[in-house]
Amino acid sequence: MSEQVPAIEVDGLTRTFKVRRRGSLLRDVVTAVDDMSFTVQRGESVGYIGANGAGKSTTIKMLIGILVPSNGSARTCGLDPLQQRRRLARRIGVVFGQRSQLWWDLPVRESFAILGEIHRLPKAVARQRTEQLSEQLDMGEYWNTPVRQLSLGQRMRAEIGAALLHSPELLILDEPTIGLDVLSKQRLREFLIAERAEHGTTLLLTTHDMGDIERLCQRVLVVDHGRLAYDGSLPGLAATVDTRRILQIDLAEPTADLTGLGTATHLDSKGDGLRQRLAFDPKRVTVPQVLAEVSARAEVRDLSIEEPGIEEVVRKLYARRVP
Amino acid sequence: MADPSTFAATTAGEPAKTDNRWRPYRAVLASRLRSQRSYRTSFRFDMVGAMLAGLVQLGEIWVVFHNAKVLGGLDFNAILLVFGLANAAWAIAEVAVGHVDSLPALIRAGTVDVYYLRPQPLLAQLITGDIQLRRLARVAVGLICVVAALIVNPIQWTVATVVMLAFSLLFGTVIFACLFVTAAGLQFFLINGSEATNAFVYGGSYASQQPAAIWPGPMKIIFGFLFPMAFCAYLPALQILGLPGSPLLPAWLAWLLPVAAAWAVLAAGAVWRIGVRHYQGGGG
Repeated sequence: MSEQVPAIEVDGLTRTFKVRRRGSLLRDVVTAVDDMSFTVQRGESVGYIGANGAGKSTTIKMLIGILVPSNGSARTCGLDPLQQRRRLARRIGVVFGQRSQLWWDLPVRESFAILGEIHRLPKAVARQRTEQLSEQLDMGEYWNTPVRQLSLGQRMRAEIGAALLHSPELLILDEPTIGLDVLSKQRLREFLIAERAEHGTTLLLTTHDMGDIERLCQRVLVVDHGRLAYDGSLPGLAATVDTRRILQIDLAEPTADLTGLGTATHLDSKGDGLRQRLAFDPKRVTVPQVLAEVSARAEVRDLSIEEPGIEEVVRKLYARRVP
Repeated sequence: MADPSTFAATTAGEPAKTDNRWRPYRAVLASRLRSQRSYRTSFRFDMVGAMLAGLVQLGEIWVVFHNAKVLGGLDFNAILLVFGLANAAWAIAEVAVGHVDSLPALIRAGTVDVYYLRPQPLLAQLITGDIQLRRLARVAVGLICVVAALIVNPIQWTVATVVMLAFSLLFGTVIFACLFVTAAGLQFFLINGSEATNAFVYGGSYASQQPAAIWPGPMKIIFGFLFPMAFCAYLPALQILGLPGSPLLPAWLAWLLPVAAAWAVLAAGAVWRIGVRHYQGGGG
């Protein structure tokens, strides 16, 4: 029975804020989340993306019971986040914004011990889970370091570990890889993939990082001005917005700019035309077709294709929707 | 609750009923005590500072009574009992819940949002989120004054006197704690308004140390009944010393101390709930 309850069920969810106008008693009404509806099934992994101020944090706050919806409803793990907040807290793990769940003046180890008590985990369960997370998230090196002395990457790993200590069925992460170096990002993603594979944890993740979505999410929700602008797969999103791909080619010898091609448009050249970048529409032409046309003019040594970045995709989606 | 789908949901991740429900609070408090022990020098300075603050207030009262001799029917020896009871109760409340006046900082730091992610009531988490042992110095000042006052004043010791003394310390502490919580509830509205709420928290503390008989009428209503500060120390002291009190605040009212404390608890709870509703944006 409980298997059929969706992890997140949002129906007509709306949230407005009254913002006082500067130097006036009048108030403007700002709609942060506007009539949003979607369902996330258990075990799904969903990327929730949008520009800053698009309404992502407001949605998350309504999902965990911090904010009351102005209209519509949100159910998380089958529970009402407002009426059943404490019960819900045992079943979700959240890392969001600049909000830390750790005690800044205590070693990481002690923060985990306290959180185990806060969730009233049986001692043996807490110990075992802590050891497991400490190992998988590579926290051993700073396990006894006070939280305030951790680097950003270490802090984020500790925060995610803390959110997972009580083995929640739903994990909500807000920008988990922001500010991390490439290696830390990679390690974090690998951990999340392994964690989900082992426990079947549902994941809702906001990010500006394309790599996060590509590696972690089967489904993407795009929110724009509080409204749901897209709900589907990432390749589907790219197809919807008709994004051009960039083909970078290295030529055998300096060549004049490859303008006037039928399959692609010349963008720029470097090193007297040794390296040139061409834009093409993947729905209209294929890479071999572009390559064939270029090869007729010059000898190609090497090539690479740039995938569209998430900002690019989202920006185009927005641009298309502007009236 | 009766909905079967929610019933299925409760069994997952719910701790056993036999499990100790105080575990979360104990763990947090223990960690706060440990962290205070690790900054010993700063701790000692704070202790000395708190004690000096208490002594300065005592000196202030001594100066007033040195000149006036009797105010509101109380002489210095009698006011020493009021001062001691008020200070002790106030300081115990401050040790236990005084840190709730840092709520605006906690809101800004996102700590309050983190409380929402933990399976305990918000207010319980806030209250047990810290404890300020350094303020114990102030408790000591208060208790020493109480003991001194009990020695220098002619007191007819009966069971009623002892009960009233216990009432004053116990329910006085409850009323002061409620004052802190009420202020915290208001701070959900006034994120930068801690000055405004401090005015009535510390004003209330100050009022509780005075002979309430000298207050003008409206103040007797406000600090006698709305914020029942007169019940913390003044009325119990009258009762203990066998003094009559004034028409609006007769000494026998001291026996209604539990009622005054209950009123403070209800009012503080209501203000806190309205504050939380405002924070969540659900009206209020």
